[in-house]
Amino acid sequence: MYVKRERSPSLPPPRSEAGVVGWLRANLFSSWPNALMTLAGLALLLYSLPPFLKWAVIDANWLGDSREGCLPPLGDAAGACWVFIKVRLGLLMYGFYPEAERWRIDLAGILLAAAGGQLVAGSLLRAATGRGRRLTGLFPLAGVLLSLALFGILPGLVACAYLAAPDILARARPGRLLLGLAHRPQLHLAARLGLAAGAGAALALGFGAAGQGLAVALSLLAASLIFIALGAYGQSAASVRFSLLLGVYPVICYALLLGGGLDLPLVDTDNWGGLFLTLVIAGVGIATSLPVGILLALGRRSRMPVIKALSVSFIEFIRGVPLISVLFMASVMLPLTLPAGMHVNKLLRALVGVSLFYSAYMAEVVRGGLQAIPRGQYEAAEALGLRYWRVMRLVILPQALRLVIPGITNTFLGLLKDTTLVAVINLMDILGILKSALADTRWLGFTKEAYVFAGVVFWVICFGLSRYSMLLEKRLKPGRN
Amino acid sequence: MTDPARARLPQRSLLTDPVVRAVIIQIAVFALVAGVLAFAAVNTAENLKRAGIASGFGFFNQVAGFDVSQSLVEYSRASTYGRVFLVGLLNTLLVSSVSIVVATVLGFAVGLLRLSGNWLVSRMAAVYVEILRNVPLLLQILFWYIAILNPLPGPRQAMSLFDTIFLCNRGLIIPWPVFLPGSWLVLVAFLLALAGGAGLVLWARRRQRLTGKRFPAYVSSLGLIILLPLVALAAAGFPIRWDLPELSGFNFAGGLTLQPEFTALVLALSLYTAAFIAENVRAGIEAVDKGQIEAAHSLGLRPAPTMRLVVVPQALRVIIPPLTSQHLTLVKNSSLAVVIGYPDLVSVFAGTTLNQTGQAVEIIAITMLVYLTISLAISLFMNWYNARVAILER
Amino acid sequence: MAIPDDPIIRIRHVNKWYGQFHVLKDINLTVGRGERVVICGPSGSGKSTLIRCVNRLETHQKGTISVDGIELTDDLKRIDRVRREVGMLFQNFNLFPHLTVMENCILAPVWVRRMPLLEARELAMQYLTRVRIPDQADKYPGQLSGGQQQRVAIARCLCMSPKIMLFDEPTSALDPEMIKEVLDVMVDLAGSGMTMVCVTHEMGFAREVADRVIFMDGGEILEENTPEAFFSAPQSERARLFLGQILSHAQMGARTNPD
Ligand SMILES: Nc1ncnc2c1ncn2[C@@H]1O[C@H](COP(=O)(O)OP(=O)(O)OP(=O)(O)O)[C@@H](O)[C@H]1O
Ligand SMILES: [Mg+2]
Repeated sequence: MYVKRERSPSLPPPRSEAGVVGWLRANLFSSWPNALMTLAGLALLLYSLPPFLKWAVIDANWLGDSREGCLPPLGDAAGACWVFIKVRLGLLMYGFYPEAERWRIDLAGILLAAAGGQLVAGSLLRAATGRGRRLTGLFPLAGVLLSLALFGILPGLVACAYLAAPDILARARPGRLLLGLAHRPQLHLAARLGLAAGAGAALALGFGAAGQGLAVALSLLAASLIFIALGAYGQSAASVRFSLLLGVYPVICYALLLGGGLDLPLVDTDNWGGLFLTLVIAGVGIATSLPVGILLALGRRSRMPVIKALSVSFIEFIRGVPLISVLFMASVMLPLTLPAGMHVNKLLRALVGVSLFYSAYMAEVVRGGLQAIPRGQYEAAEALGLRYWRVMRLVILPQALRLVIPGITNTFLGLLKDTTLVAVINLMDILGILKSALADTRWLGFTKEAYVFAGVVFWVICFGLSRYSMLLEKRLKPGRN
Repeated sequence: MTDPARARLPQRSLLTDPVVRAVIIQIAVFALVAGVLAFAAVNTAENLKRAGIASGFGFFNQVAGFDVSQSLVEYSRASTYGRVFLVGLLNTLLVSSVSIVVATVLGFAVGLLRLSGNWLVSRMAAVYVEILRNVPLLLQILFWYIAILNPLPGPRQAMSLFDTIFLCNRGLIIPWPVFLPGSWLVLVAFLLALAGGAGLVLWARRRQRLTGKRFPAYVSSLGLIILLPLVALAAAGFPIRWDLPELSGFNFAGGLTLQPEFTALVLALSLYTAAFIAENVRAGIEAVDKGQIEAAHSLGLRPAPTMRLVVVPQALRVIIPPLTSQHLTLVKNSSLAVVIGYPDLVSVFAGTTLNQTGQAVEIIAITMLVYLTISLAISLFMNWYNARVAILER
Repeated sequence: MAIPDDPIIRIRHVNKWYGQFHVLKDINLTVGRGERVVICGPSGSGKSTLIRCVNRLETHQKGTISVDGIELTDDLKRIDRVRREVGMLFQNFNLFPHLTVMENCILAPVWVRRMPLLEARELAMQYLTRVRIPDQADKYPGQLSGGQQQRVAIARCLCMSPKIMLFDEPTSALDPEMIKEVLDVMVDLAGSGMTMVCVTHEMGFAREVADRVIFMDGGEILEENTPEAFFSAPQSERARLFLGQILSHAQMGARTNPD
C-alpha cells in the first residue's frame, strides 16, 4: 500500500524543452534529415527573397512620371519601375470610363464598401468579442459623409437613402403599418410588387420628364426600397442590409454606371474596363450563377425525368468543356443565333458565358450540400404541411447552403480569377489594359512590373475573400446558433 | 357531422393531382427549351446562309495554308484543316500530359512538406500554396511567357546549367537521346529486365506467403531494370547517345528545343495546379485518423510500413477523386494556350481555322466534343475507382 | 511502494511535459510479470499519457522506463523490440477500416514477425475463435458492432503474442451489453496469466481480476492498494471523492436499467 499525502508542484520543463532553444530543437532541428531540410529551406529563402525585395522595393523607382525617371542614363534599370504602373493607375482601375464620370464608379464603390464593410466588420467583431455592433454603424456614416463631401447633394442623398435604410426599416417596421397583410404572404408579395412598381414608375416619370438622370436612379432605388420595406417587418437590420445588397445595390449600379439620363451621360460598356470591369463581371457572375445553380441543383435532384435530364445534361456538358470555348461560343455563336439586326453587346455576351459556365459549377456545389441533409429533415418539413418550394426555401436550402460555404467561396474565387479570360475575347479588363499598355512604344519592357502588379491585386482580393469565408464558416458551424 | 368545406374537397382534380401537375410542368419546360433551341437554330441557319458560309464538314479537306510552330506529326502549309485538327489535338494532349506529371509530383511533394514537422519548411509550402492558387492562371501564363521567357537573351548569351541545359529566348534546350542501329538490343534488355523484375516480385510474394521470409524484391528488380539495359548498352557498343545542345552560329544545334510557349505553359499549368493538388494531398493525409498511426505503431510497425500499409491506402481514397478532377481541370486549362500562341486545339482549330473558314458552329461543336470526350473518360475512371475502393460500412 | 519479485515494467522518476504543462510528475511504478494493474483517476489526470509512454507512443523527458529489461530511448531498435512485446487497446478501437478483420489481424505478424501467410491466418483464426467471432473474419470493421470491433482489436493484439497488454479505457465507447462481452474476453485473458495494465473505471472488473489499483490525479500517483482495500476504504481524500462520484453514477445506471 502506498499513499501520497502531499501534492507535488508543477515544475517548469527542462531547459532543452522550453524557450527559444527548445522550440528550435523541436521544430527545426529535431533530427538530421530535419536539420538538412531546414538548411535547404533557408538556402532557398536566401537565394530568392533578397533579390526579389531588392528589385521590388529597394532599387525600385516610385517617383516621377516618365520613363526617363526609371532608367539610368546607360543600360537597364536595376529595380522595378512602379512609375509605369503609377501613370496608368487610372486606366487600370477604371478602363476608358471618361475621367469626368469616374466619380460614379467611386460612389458605387463607396456604397459597396460601406454596406459590405458593415456586414464584414459586424461578423468579425462578433467573432472576436461577441459584441460591438454599435461600432459598425461608423461604416454607413462614413459612407454618407464621404459621398456628400466628394460628390455633392444628390449622390449624398442616394448614399443616405441606401445606407441608412436597413436600420430604419428594421426599427420602424413600416410593412405592418402600411399593409397589415402579414398573414397572407402571397397577396402580400403581389401588393408589395404593385405598390413598389407604381411608386417607382410615378417617380421615374416625373423625374424623367424633368430630364434628371440621377433622379431616375433615385426613383428606381426608392421603388426597390419600398418593395423591401414592405417585407421588412420582423427582420434584423443585418438581414435587411443583406437583401438590400442583393436586391437594390445592383439596381443603383445599373442606373448609375451605365447612365443615359440627361445629367448622367451614357457611358457605353465598350468604355468599361480595368479592375472595375473585373468586379462587374465577378459581381454579376456570382449574383446570377448562385440562384441559377440552386435551380439546376434542385432540377438534378427532381423526381421529374425531363427536368432531371435537362439539368444533368446542361451541368455535365458545361463542366466538360473549358471556359474559353464557352466564351468563344458566347462571342461568336450567340450573335449568330439571333435574328438579323439584333445586337448583343460584347460585355453582355461575356456575362452570359461566365454566368452559364459558373452556374453549372455552383449547381454541383449546392447538390453536395443538398445530399448532406438527412432525409428526416425533408420528412419533418413535409409533415408540417409545407409544399415543395417552402420545404426547400425554409428548411433545406438554408442548411444546405451553410454546409457548402467553402465550396461556394472556392467557386466564386475561381470565377473571380477566370474573369481574366474575357481579355481573350477583347474586353478591356485589367489584363487587357496591361496588354495595350505594354504595347505602348514609349514604355516598352516593363512586363514584370505589369504582371506582378496585377498578380498582387488579384492575390489581395482572393486571399482576403478566402480568409473571410473561413471565418464565416467557423461562425456558422452548426450548433453555434 | 360533416364539415361543408371538407365535403367540397374534390376526389381528384387536374390542378391538384400530382402526376398531372408533374406532366404539365415537364411538358412546359421541355417546350420552352426546345422552342429556344429551335429559334436559335433557325436564326443560325439563316444568318449563315446570308453570310454565304456553307455548313458541313467539307472544310476538313481544304488546304489550311498557314504555318504551325510546333507539331508532333508532319505538317506544312499545304496540309488540310483535318491535319490542323490533329496537330492541335496532339499538342493539347502533349502539353497536358507533361504538365499533369509535373504538377502531380510537385503537388505531392509540396503537400507532404506542408505536413512536415519542420516549421520553416511547412510554412514555406503554405506560402507557395497560398500565392500560387490565389493568382489567376492566365496571369501566371502571361507572366512566365512575356515577363520571364521573352526578355531572355539570345542563344549566344544563353543561361546554362552545366553546359548541357540552356535557357534563352528560343526556349529551353535539353539533351535528348539519339538511337543508332543496335539500340534494339537495349530495348530487348529493358523488356527482359521488366519481365524479370515482375517475376522476382511474384516469387518473393509467394515465398513470403509460404515461409514468411522476405526478399527486397522491389529494390532488386529496380536494380535489374537499371543494370541490365546498361550492360546491354555497353555490350552493343553504346548505340544510344545523348545529343547535347551546342551553340553553332546564332542558334543551338542538337538536343531538343522546347519552345518558349510550351515551356511557359507547362511551367504555369503545373505550378498552379500543384498548389491545388498539394491542398488535396494534405487534406487526404490529415483525413486519416491519428489513432490509425498509433495503432500501427503499437503493433510494432515501423514508420515506413505504417505509411505504406495503413496511411497511404486510406489517404489515397480521399486524394484520388479530387486529384483526377484537378487533372481534368488542367486539361481544360491548357486551352489558355491561345493567349501565348502555343498551337493547341483551341488556338489553331477554334482560333485560326475558325477565323479562316467562318464555320463557327461546326468548329466549336467539334472542339467541345473533344473536351467532353476527355472529361467523360476521366470521370468513368473516377467512378470505377470509387466503386473499387469504397469501404464497406454497416 | 510494493515491488514485485519479477518486474517486467519499471517506471522510475518519470516526468513529462506538454509545452509548459507538467502532465506526469515523478511517476514511479513497477509491474511484475503476470501482474494485473488497474489505473483509475479523474479525467485529465494523465492515465492515458502514462500508459502511452510505456510503448513510446509518447516520449517522456525525465526518468527511465524499461520494459522486459529494455530501457526506452530514442533508439529505433529498442522501440521496435518493446512494441513487439507490448499490445495496446484503444478506446475507439483503431481498427484499419480499409482491411478486413482477417487482414487486420495478420498485418503485424506478417510484416513484423515475418510469419508465413498461412500460418498467420491460422493463428488469427485461433484468436478470433477465442474472442468468439470466427465467423466475421472476412467482413470490414465498418460492418461490425462496437463490441465486436473491440474484440477484433484484442485478437489483433494477441496475434503478436505480446507479453504485456495495455488497455486505455477499452469499454468506455460501448453500450452496456457490449461492455460485458468485451470484459468477458478480458477476464478470460487475465486467467491465462497475461501481464495487463488497464486504465478503466469498470470497478467490477477491477475487483475481480486486478492485483493492484493505482489512483492518479493531477499527473501523479496518489494511492496504490489492493482492490478490496482501495474500494472499501480509500486512504486519500481525493480518491474518496472520485469513488463517490463514480459509485453514484454506477448506482444511477443500475437504477435505470435493472438487470
Ligand atoms: N498532445 C497533447 N498536447 C497537450 N496537452 C495534452 C496532449 N494530450 C493530453 N494533454 C493533456 O494532458 C492531460 C492528461 O491527458 P490524458 O489523456 O493522459 O488524461 P486521461 O487521464 O487519460 O483522461 P481521460 O480519462 O479523459 O482519458 C490532459 O490535461 C490533457 O489536456
Ligand atoms: Mg485517456
